[in-house]
Amino acid sequence: MKTTTVLTLTSLLLASAAPLSAETLRWARSGDALTLDPHAQNEGPTHTIRHQMYEPLIIRDVTGAFEPALATEWAPKEGDPNVWVFKLREGVKFHGGEDFTAEDVVFSFNRAKQENSDMKELIGSITEVRAVDDLTVEIVTDGPNPILPSNLTNLFIMDKGWSEANNTVNVQDFEGGEITYATTHANGTGPYVLQSREPDVKTVMTLNENYWGKDQFPLDVTEIVYTPIQNPATRVAALLSGEIDFLQDMPVQDLDRVNGADGLMVRQAPQNRVIFFGLNVGAEDIEADNVDGKNPLADVRVRKAMSMAINRDAIQKVVMRGQSQPAGMIAPPFVNGWTEEMDAESKTDIEGAKALMAEAGYGDGFSIRLDCPNDRYVNDEPICQAAVGMLGQIGIKVNLDAKPKAQHFPLITDSKTDFYMLGWGVPTYDSEYVFNFLVHGREGDIGTWNNTGFDNDELDAKIKSLASNTDLDARNKDIADIWRVVQDEQLYIPIHHQVLNWGMSEKVDIAVDPEDQPKVKYFKMN
Amino acid sequence: MLAYIIRRVAQSALVLLIVGLVAFAMFRFVGDPIDNMLGQERTAEDIERLRGQLGLDQPFVVQYYRFLENAVQGNFGVSYRQGRPVIDILMERAPATLELAAVSGILAIIFGIALGVFTAIKRNGITANLIMSGSLIGVSLPTFLIGILLIYLFSVELGWLPSFGRGEVVDLGGWSTGFLTASGLKALILPSITLGLYQMTLIMRLVRSEMLEVLRQDYIRFARARGLRDRTVHFRHALKNTMVPVITVIGLQVGAIIAFAIITETVFQWPGVGLLFINAIQFVDIPVMAAYLMLISVMFVGINLIVDILYFFIDPRLRVDRKGGH
Repeated sequence: MKTTTVLTLTSLLLASAAPLSAETLRWARSGDALTLDPHAQNEGPTHTIRHQMYEPLIIRDVTGAFEPALATEWAPKEGDPNVWVFKLREGVKFHGGEDFTAEDVVFSFNRAKQENSDMKELIGSITEVRAVDDLTVEIVTDGPNPILPSNLTNLFIMDKGWSEANNTVNVQDFEGGEITYATTHANGTGPYVLQSREPDVKTVMTLNENYWGKDQFPLDVTEIVYTPIQNPATRVAALLSGEIDFLQDMPVQDLDRVNGADGLMVRQAPQNRVIFFGLNVGAEDIEADNVDGKNPLADVRVRKAMSMAINRDAIQKVVMRGQSQPAGMIAPPFVNGWTEEMDAESKTDIEGAKALMAEAGYGDGFSIRLDCPNDRYVNDEPICQAAVGMLGQIGIKVNLDAKPKAQHFPLITDSKTDFYMLGWGVPTYDSEYVFNFLVHGREGDIGTWNNTGFDNDELDAKIKSLASNTDLDARNKDIADIWRVVQDEQLYIPIHHQVLNWGMSEKVDIAVDPEDQPKVKYFKMN
Repeated sequence: MLAYIIRRVAQSALVLLIVGLVAFAMFRFVGDPIDNMLGQERTAEDIERLRGQLGLDQPFVVQYYRFLENAVQGNFGVSYRQGRPVIDILMERAPATLELAAVSGILAIIFGIALGVFTAIKRNGITANLIMSGSLIGVSLPTFLIGILLIYLFSVELGWLPSFGRGEVVDLGGWSTGFLTASGLKALILPSITLGLYQMTLIMRLVRSEMLEVLRQDYIRFARARGLRDRTVHFRHALKNTMVPVITVIGLQVGAIIAFAIITETVFQWPGVGLLFINAIQFVDIPVMAAYLMLISVMFVGINLIVDILYFFIDPRLRVDRKGGH
């Protein structure tokens, strides 16, 4: 009798304790956040860590759609297309207990516009941010900016008072070397509070008991332990041995292994990143080929032939083990302006390609150097190796030069390559971003990643007009027109859209975020 | 003696300066840090501004001179990747590497000497032959493969030991130690075996061959003829005389253990200076690379210097010879 009572009591206790029990999410990926300063580095893994502690006005949910965070409503101001009005969430507090007000938003935007800020280009069109009252902010831009909210999803809000008290009003200055308080401490409004952090070793965060979204999100995880593990084999071993629950940056060759293991699974989704080859179409003569006095890439028939020689299905099957989605345009599928038809325009046709090459006068082929990174994208070098063989079929002898990213990307920025691999993600989810960086001619701040030498003034004018076109239908039509030119000119040879794989223990339940930025507040733990 | 030491110290300083010069000449080939430091939206002006700020637009000799100027004052600059002073980062990371190296080194010396003596004494026994064949694995398999195999066996299959990290560490006034917690000690096992295996087999093979050499000498035969016990012959007479070359090699290998910890640290995500260096190379974090390379060369040069000086004391013949030369 007595034992039964004890047992009943115990089970009752256990049952009541279960929902309150602490759930730790042990999370690993290949790299660590570079800093905690909210405006100092514009980089994926760094944003990911910040997203747990800090919040922007608006975030994107797992489908890429806007979701209100610190702002509840936003709209262009009636009668003044140059101004956006943001209504702020009421009753939000920072981790330190400070009230969240419009002053903090003004302060954070001004901080993000400073010289040392890495976020300033994204909000370059903003001329003034003013607090109308405690919970209303007006953002003034240098012209109508219909897609301004898209640029704000990684722009984190800090507390003005905290920053002033801790001397972190200015964005961290790498050269100055002053370690600002904000690089190692965090005081946001987000769902998790920083407990401890050793850069490159371990970051621990615990649930913010006063989070405004307490009833809105699962918030099943009460503690996050984040550990970067650089070596891919070790990373997978840690997941297989149960030392971690959630893994980003899954090596593709281990997917089956993890999927086949007890209690583990892999979830996947298309990533916001497209991989393609860039071509120098603008130069009179190029250095990387063996044709004297002429640039074979300047001939659109050669570019078309090169695209037709690439067998994207074979790359998907053999190089990527199914982990990619063949692409026909250089925008990921979430982006405004992407269409299924254009994304299917890349066709493999070796005979047709050979005919085009002959027609262009390169029936005997030519040789050219392909510059490729070897530590940036999923299987980047093997993709290039596959392309070498495929282009060889139409007589183009490709010399592959694969290098670490730190050496590869300067080639593109300094125009020292004529044929190169590049990957592109679109944080604003709008084609304008792609055009600004990859299609518009290189002029000062614009076209900075366009190494194709392509410069079409008429098209450039059209791209520029997108920024202030508030008639969204007309704007979308312009976007479609610009894409048509890019497609017909074959400025780039699209390869595929990357697929993201997250490995996790079966107790974790989360949908894959296309930007590879998991937000732990959405995690459910079974 | 004093003149000898002064000469060696001067030589060492010169070696250090040259190492630094070569390192700085090579950094430009590692890549451009600017691209890693600024996001995808950066403009041409941002690049110019940052390059000017960091002094990367200067020729490498000027960069090297500035580095030396600051280094002499104890300032090793600020990491491009972490935005914190390099010296702080190195101090934070050094305990992990030193603890790992110490454990590996001690394991390698104890097991190396013991197995070396054993295989020399019982050189025709089955066990000794097995050990000798097994030691080929230690010499020939690359470190990262040994590490991965150990992880596979002890972490994934058996689940006994952690596959990465240092476990729980205790902070003793700026020195973080893994010796005081169970998880810290467990985390040390696989990496220290991986790191020390090569040195262990090296010491073992060296002790064995030296020992065999010594055992053939006349004085050993006479010792045996005098009816001394095997134990006394082996350990008092033979082993002692094999130690001179062994100590030299151990001395040099101490440096190698710390320097080659890079690979082991990468495989086990061990948060030491080696892992820091690998990260620095990938990011082209010049201040960290420069400080690490200087540190490692100071260490190697220092160890060599100490070993040279130790010769003087260990081997009386060297002293006699030198005196005779004057």
